[in-house]
Amino acid sequence: MYEIVAFYLFSVLTIGLFLVTVLSKNVLYAMTSLAAGMVLISGFFFILGADFLGVVQLVVYVGAIMALYSFAMMFFDATRDIKEKNTNPALVFILGGLSAFVLVLMFAAPIHSDAIVALYPMHDGIGNAQDVGMVLFTKYLIPFEVAALMLLVAMISGIILAGKKMDLSLTEDTSADDEIMTKKDEK
Amino acid sequence: MIGLSHYLIVSALIFSIGLVGVLRRRNLLMLFFATEVMLNAVNIAFAAISHYYNDLTGQMFAFFIIAIAASEVAVGLGLLILLYKKYGSLDLDDLANMKG
Amino acid sequence: MENLVYIALFAPFVSSMFAALFGMSPKQTYVGIIASMLLFVSFASSVTLAFTIYTTGTPIHVTMMEWISAGDLTIPFGFLVDQISVTMMTVVTLVSTVVHIYSIGYMDHDKSFNRFFSYLSAFVFSMMILVMSDNFAGLFIGWEGVGVCSWLLIGFWYHKADKTREENPSISPSWAANEAFIVNRIADLGMLVGLFILYWNVGSLQYDVVFAELPNLSGSVLNAAAIALFIGAMGKSAQFPLHTWLTDAMEGPTPVSALIHAATMVTAGVFLVIRANPLFGMEEVAGVSFFIASLGTFVAFYAASMALVERDLKRIIAYSTLSQLGYMFAAAGLGAYWIALFHLAAHAFFKALLFLGGGNVMHAMHDELDIFKMGGLKKVMRGTWLYMGIASIALAGLPIFAGFYSKDAIIETAFNEGTYLLWFMLVLTAGMTAFYSFRQIFLSFHGEERYKAFGFHPHEMYKFVLVAMSPLAALAISAGWFMDDFKEFVYKGIPEYEMSHHTHHIAWLLGLLVVVVALSGIILAYYKYARTGAKAFKRDEKVEESFIYKLLKNQYYVPKFYEEFLTKPYAMISEKLWTTVDMKIVDASVDGIAKFLYKTGDSSRKMQTGNLSHYLNWMAVGSVALLLVAAISAMLG
Repeated sequence: MYEIVAFYLFSVLTIGLFLVTVLSKNVLYAMTSLAAGMVLISGFFFILGADFLGVVQLVVYVGAIMALYSFAMMFFDATRDIKEKNTNPALVFILGGLSAFVLVLMFAAPIHSDAIVALYPMHDGIGNAQDVGMVLFTKYLIPFEVAALMLLVAMISGIILAGKKMDLSLTEDTSADDEIMTKKDEK
Repeated sequence: MIGLSHYLIVSALIFSIGLVGVLRRRNLLMLFFATEVMLNAVNIAFAAISHYYNDLTGQMFAFFIIAIAASEVAVGLGLLILLYKKYGSLDLDDLANMKG
Repeated sequence: MENLVYIALFAPFVSSMFAALFGMSPKQTYVGIIASMLLFVSFASSVTLAFTIYTTGTPIHVTMMEWISAGDLTIPFGFLVDQISVTMMTVVTLVSTVVHIYSIGYMDHDKSFNRFFSYLSAFVFSMMILVMSDNFAGLFIGWEGVGVCSWLLIGFWYHKADKTREENPSISPSWAANEAFIVNRIADLGMLVGLFILYWNVGSLQYDVVFAELPNLSGSVLNAAAIALFIGAMGKSAQFPLHTWLTDAMEGPTPVSALIHAATMVTAGVFLVIRANPLFGMEEVAGVSFFIASLGTFVAFYAASMALVERDLKRIIAYSTLSQLGYMFAAAGLGAYWIALFHLAAHAFFKALLFLGGGNVMHAMHDELDIFKMGGLKKVMRGTWLYMGIASIALAGLPIFAGFYSKDAIIETAFNEGTYLLWFMLVLTAGMTAFYSFRQIFLSFHGEERYKAFGFHPHEMYKFVLVAMSPLAALAISAGWFMDDFKEFVYKGIPEYEMSHHTHHIAWLLGLLVVVVALSGIILAYYKYARTGAKAFKRDEKVEESFIYKLLKNQYYVPKFYEEFLTKPYAMISEKLWTTVDMKIVDASVDGIAKFLYKTGDSSRKMQTGNLSHYLNWMAVGSVALLLVAAISAMLG
């Protein structure tokens, strides 16, 4: 029973929060609602018994990625409302609506297949983390290591990309502002 | 009772929200957010399938998607900062210099 | 022995490839010398082979490799050196060696000297494949190979411009080359059909297999195969109505005319008939064989008649070639294959000599070929005069000389077979042959020195060229003396043919008759053309205006007929098809597709705004479309 309640609660909340993310004019709102949505998604994972995945979701997304976003935000002016020429709402509505409709239609349809057999079945009595660990460090060892390398590369590149001209503030320092303005003028 | 379809439908809806974001926004940062939304939608679907078929593969994929998302954000944000330093804007309409 | 076969075959090939290396570079005399030496090697091997076969009497059969092996069809690259092919090999390599050496002198000033040798040797190689192959497929390859080389060599001076038919009956070298090639394609189609018929009914193209199987085939199949093969032979040997290309082929350099269009390639048709004698000699195809004999006789007479009034030196010799080919076919059609082969060999010697002598004259007269503009050349060109005289006597068939034996034997055969009409025609033609060949000799070498009026300064050819021609001269005189040896030699590979007792009895009478006819032709020519002073030859307007003269001069209007009724309608149809079918339907549809794609691209180019957001929108449109397709196909399937 609590599962049903939790599911519907989380669903409504995530959808709402993500809608805010997508539609909001304020970056700060958008980011906050995104972070909240991420937390709720980890809730889904807990309901689904993927404890480890839920924890990872919290740590990586909510912890790391959102932190990264908020730090990045400091480079930009987050308090200002974003002024942008949004795409024709009709097009957005038609395409988004159509995709939602078709996807829902597809997923709502019953699945006819008895041939689906678990490749790496879960085991009763063992915790999810242990199960995941066993598979991750045996069958997925190489992808795991490659992912680690990829993260390392991403980290280095992130530092290098963001690190250039770190001494210049883009928002507060007037000289930097001037520089931006001249560049804009040049355009 | 909540079945697989429920999760998948929620996932589809969230994915569509992400798609709407991608379609609608012109600000690169907001496009990043929309992308995150879409990635999370897919993760839900993976976890749900993993659960209902009693198979760990789905979760594995979700892990790797999270890893990829993390690196994407790291590199992407670095690029955004560079762009912002160079043009003072993250609006795609301002950055449209790819016209041949 | 096997090695000798390969040396004889591939020495010309090596020579051709070697000369081809220098094809684009300026004249290198050593190219010609090395080519001639390699040809001589080939000749020496051929002679050794001939001697071996003469002593042992057993043909040499070698298989180099599997060539085509597909399903039931197996064609090996095999070579058969028997009495027939070894005769051909010897003749071909001898004449081509002489012609190669001759060309070193003749092509002296030509800037494409090296290229010429490459082509010439390639021709010899193809001809060797043609005569040596042990199956019809190999023969066909050689057949086409000599066709290509003939095309290359006739059109050797391809840069010469087209002229009108009145000015130059063969228009231009490239035109003549194309004519020769196309006419031969028509005939080759017949030959291919013949090969298909044989293959379908026998299941093999090997000579021995095919000939062994012949008695089991029905009469209609045999007739069809014989007719089809003979059509091929007609094209290559320029028999009526496919004869026009041979005289036009004289546009090529003279050594080419000597080698290809007199001594070797044009006799390939005769060779084919001789080679396929088990087929042509059968009872069932007696009709076809008789047709061959009749056509040969007709062509002999027909070509000789045109030669009577021709003024172009080389074309006269070309007509005589045509005429002599007719003789060969007459003999082959009547079943006297060995006589045909013998005449082929003897003819190759004296005709090549005649052409090479003609080449000397042409060289001396700066490419002037009109014999009315010559006369009295004997004084300055004694050696050439001697050679051409020998060759002409041999051609006319006076005793002791080669032509006498072989031609007389053919005429005797016609008498022996009881085909008196053919016999009469052949005797008449012999007289005409004597007349026109001496008309040419007298007009160019005797009589008034007309060339002086045109400002020519003739000079004799190089010494080494004249020396190189001497073997041919010797053979033109003496080839006939070995007739009985030759008969004995080829009898092991060719059906025997002997005159009946009755004919044998009056043979001397027949021979005497031919000689008398020939002599009277020569004497007539002498009185008409050779005298000087007041009785010197003058052109007679009245004769030249007469209908018969004009008819003969215009080659019975056959080329004109072909042009008006075949070439022009064909060109008209082609043009119609080009402008309507090709341009308006084929091209238009292709262009339409291209235009459609171009327009699509042009209009979809607008998508490329350079704005990433627009691209994202399009991507979304695409993915939604794919989603729809997936959903719909899932629903349907």
